[in-house]
Order: sequence, then C-alpha cells, then structure tokens
Amino acid sequence: MAAKKPGIPSLAELVAKVKSGEIFDEIKKVIVESQIWTSSFRHGYADTPRNRVLQIASNVWLHLHPVKIHRHALRIKFTWCMGGITFLLFLSTVVTGVILMFYYRPVGEYAYFDMKYLQYDVPFGMLMRNMHRWAAHAMVITVWLHMFRVFLTGSYKPPREFNWVIGVFLVTFTLLLSFTGYLLPWDQLAMWAVTVGTNMARATPFLGNEGPFAEYVGVTPRYDARSVLLGGSLVGPPALLRFYVLHCVFIPLVSGALMIVHFWRIRKDGGISGPL
Amino acid sequence: MAAEAPKNKVEGLAEKVHVWPYLVRLEFLCALFTIIGLTVWSIVIDAPLEEAANPTKTPNPSKAPWYFLGLQDILVYFDPWFAGVVAPVLIIVGLMLIPYLDINPKGNGYYTYAERKVAIWVYSFGFLVLWIALIIMGVFLRGPGWNLFMPWQYWDPHKVVALVSVDLPYAFGVRTYEMAMLFGGVVIIGYFALGTAAYLFVERKAIKAVGLLRMLIKVQLYLIMIGIVIKIVLRLGFNIKYVWVTPWFNI
Ligand code: HEM
Repeated sequence: MAAKKPGIPSLAELVAKVKSGEIFDEIKKVIVESQIWTSSFRHGYADTPRNRVLQIASNVWLHLHPVKIHRHALRIKFTWCMGGITFLLFLSTVVTGVILMFYYRPVGEYAYFDMKYLQYDVPFGMLMRNMHRWAAHAMVITVWLHMFRVFLTGSYKPPREFNWVIGVFLVTFTLLLSFTGYLLPWDQLAMWAVTVGTNMARATPFLGNEGPFAEYVGVTPRYDARSVLLGGSLVGPPALLRFYVLHCVFIPLVSGALMIVHFWRIRKDGGISGPL
Repeated sequence: MAAEAPKNKVEGLAEKVHVWPYLVRLEFLCALFTIIGLTVWSIVIDAPLEEAANPTKTPNPSKAPWYFLGLQDILVYFDPWFAGVVAPVLIIVGLMLIPYLDINPKGNGYYTYAERKVAIWVYSFGFLVLWIALIIMGVFLRGPGWNLFMPWQYWDPHKVVALVSVDLPYAFGVRTYEMAMLFGGVVIIGYFALGTAAYLFVERKAIKAVGLLRMLIKVQLYLIMIGIVIKIVLRLGFNIKYVWVTPWFNI
C-alpha cells in the first residue's frame, strides 16, 4: 500500500498521534464543532483561573470545598481517600435505604416476609438490599481505616483536636447505625445478634438489672437500661420498631449533622493537615 | 498527583492548586471505582437471610455483628459489666482524649514513626491486636459454646472443655472469702498504684512539661489496656478466672 490516500493515515502515523496526544485534540475538535454539540451548549468552558474558582464557589454541592488546596492534600498516599469513600458509602446507604423503606414494614408479622418479597418479587429488590448491606459493612471498615490514617499522620494534633473528637462520635454512630440495621431483616441472624449485643445493657453498673450495684437502684428486668432500649424485656416487636426508628430517622440525622460539622471544621482548621 | 504538571500552566507548580479540576477529578475517579466495586460485589454476593426470627430457638454459637466480636471475645475474660459496658465507654472516652493527652508537637500532618514511637505502638496495638485480631478470631475461630476451633476442625456442639479455672487468691492458697476479697483488692489496687508510681518515676523529668493530671490519666488508660492483656494471659496460661471477687462485682 505505497500510495497514500489523503485522509487515511498509516498505522505508524496513528500510533504517533496517539502517543503525542494529538489524536484526542482532533477527536475533541470534531465533537465540539459538530452541529449537535454547538446547538446544545451555547458556549464553551474557558479554562481560566477565574472559571476554576467559580466552578467551586458558585455550585451549591461543590462549595463545601475550598477553591484552592495545598498540593500535598491531593496525594492518595496521604489520605488513602478514606474519609471521602466513607462519606460516599454513607450516601449510598441513604439512597438504597430510602428505596428499601418503600417495601419494608417494621412490624413483627410483616418484616421478615417483606424481606422475602423484596428479594424475590421486587425488581432489583435483591440488588438494592445487597448494596445497602455491603455499603454499610464497607463503611464500618473504611471509617476505621480513615481513623487509622488520621492517627498515623498525627492529624488530631492542634488545631484539629476537636475534629478528632467529632470523628470519635462519628465512628460510634456508624457502628450504631450498622447495629440497629442488623435487626431489621427479622431473621434468626438478626434477632440473636441483637440479643447478644443488647444483653450487655443488662450488666450496666447501677442501671442494668444484672449489673454491679443494681440492687441499690432497684432496677428490674422489665425496667432497666436494656428494657428502655428494647421496649420490653426481650428482642420482640417493640424492639423492632425502636430499632427501625433509630436506624432510619434518628441516627442518620445525627450522623449527617455531625458530618457537616466535620467537613466545616476541616476547612476552618486550615484544610487537610500537612507538614509545616 | 503532584508530579503531573498542569498542561496549560495555569499556576505552574505553586504550593496551592485549584480544587477544580485537580481535587474534583480525583474525587470523581475515587467515587467511580467505589461505586463500581460496590455494584459488582452486590451482584455477585447476596446478603444473608436466614429463617424467620424465632425467640424459642437459640443458635449456638450466637454471635454479635462481626464488628463487635472483639468485645464479645473479651467476655471470655471479663464479666459483662466490664466487657460490654465499661470497656466500650473507656474506648470511646479514651479515643476522644487522645489529642489532649498526646502533646508531642512532632509528627503533625505527616507520616513518621521515629518521632512518635510510643503513640504509634499503643494505637496500633489497640487497633490491630485488641480490636482487629480479636474480631478475626471471633468470626472464624469461635464455634459452639464459644469454644476455639481451628478452621479445619468440625464445630462439635458437644465439645467438652474442662472448667478448671480458679480465682487468683485461691491459686495463692487463700481459702476464706473475706481474705480472698482483701487479697484481690490489694492486687488490683496495688497494680494501679505501683504502675502509676513507676510511670511517674520513670517519666519524672517530663511531669513539668506534660502536666501531672494529663500524665495520671494517660497512665491509667495504659494500665487498663495492659491489664486486659494480663488478664487474657492469666486465663489462657494459668487458668485464673477472677483476680478480685466481691459481693458487687468480679474482676
Ligand atoms: C462517618 C464518618 C466520617 C466521615 C464521612 C469522614 C470524612 C472525612 C473527610 C472526607 C476528610 C477529608 C480528608 C480525608 O478524606 O482523609 C476527613 C478528615 C478528617 N477526619 Fe474524618 N470522617 C469520618 C470519621 C472520622 C473519624 C472516626 C475520625 C477520628 C476519630 C475522623 C477524624 C478526622 C480528622 C482529624 C480529619 C482531618 C484530617 C487532616 O487534616 O489530615 N473522622 N474526614
């Protein structure tokens, strides 16, 4: 094929173009100058410092960020991206959780069968349930890793002491969020894991009926720290309702509020920590 | 990402970079990979759903959710009031106190082992050993009756494990209840008193700089953490059940 027709480049030319990146500019040109594109978008985006600032500052979602950050804060090796991934997983559970709420009733007679219905009859029901559960479990792991990296980089040191304290609240609420959700499928796994977990409240000093010094307070199995948690003396339908409300309303609201404070404090404390 | 020089040199290699595009694109990529990973995981593996809840049928073993299995394992060595209530509270409060107890100004905002060896050792031991390792043990090695089973062993619900443990005072030949209570009290209180005194003595030069209150709180938390390990060793190695038995609580 010695005769070179105009418009059909040889392989070597093509490779050279890919290597130099020229080909991407050419493809971009073809797309951006097409009639479909120019009729859809009235003007282009000029990559100027002013526009870069506006992208952040005039966007309600993005303006949680500062408009500029230290270069070192971009390093994945430094943050492991774990705080951000934790937040993303939280958002995933919110989205999938709302969908699950359409099909689930926190009532002793219904809860388990709603789960079955969700899994076998609701389109994508199983997928939504899986995503909700795995995101929740993953969030527990990522929040621990985030905490570990914050410790290893000494990022709790002044001026970030208070954000670490908020973080400890956040890890606690993450675990409680996961734990209260664990009961909702209302199967054997759920009931007994929560029984084991909440049995501990029985042993609370002073306030649990089997705890040290309980005899001086006069708590009973039907009236102590555990029964307040469960709405009864065992894990029954009242406990299911309580855990449902805590899981779907109370704890997400509190955690969400704490996350807002957490992010705000990162900025007020001077952004991601770094040397100097 | 620092190595990648911006193509159109908007800010050269300045200390600060624009969040748009440099951070936002990273966040986008991170989010993309996470969501892809989560979706694949959710398509491949189904969430468990066992038979309907039945309050009359207790499974053996009954396990708490995996993230609490470290605490559940501590139940072997401590009574529920400690393992289930006091220990979690101490963990939470202790974690919150870290920034106020560790006043070493070095290692703020970068990885270093050399400049804060003790802090890294203590946290890593607590997290990796007392929390993560116990969870792994609880998930994989604890079978019926909360007995230890190796992965290749059959989970025999009738496994008989001799209960040969005795209380520490008994092991030392103390036979009356009152004397045992006294003995145990002396051991526990003595442990904290001596531990505190020894720490303050070794660190006496630092007291002025660190502050006495800070140091006292720090050493109590250390002693509790070490005490948990000692208790585990006493039980596993020497079959000691309680160190201090009182009418109200046992340790
Ligand atoms: C729901 C849980 C949490 C979310 C969504 C979250 C989110 C974030 C995000 C997005 C960052 C930015 C830097 C990064 O990604 O590493 C961050 C930083 C930080 N987080 Fe968290 N976090 C959570 C829990 C915690 C916990 C449990 C702690 C510690 C006990 C903590 C302490 C901190 C501190 C001190 C910083 C500043 C780090 C620095 O300046 O280098 N956070 N968090």
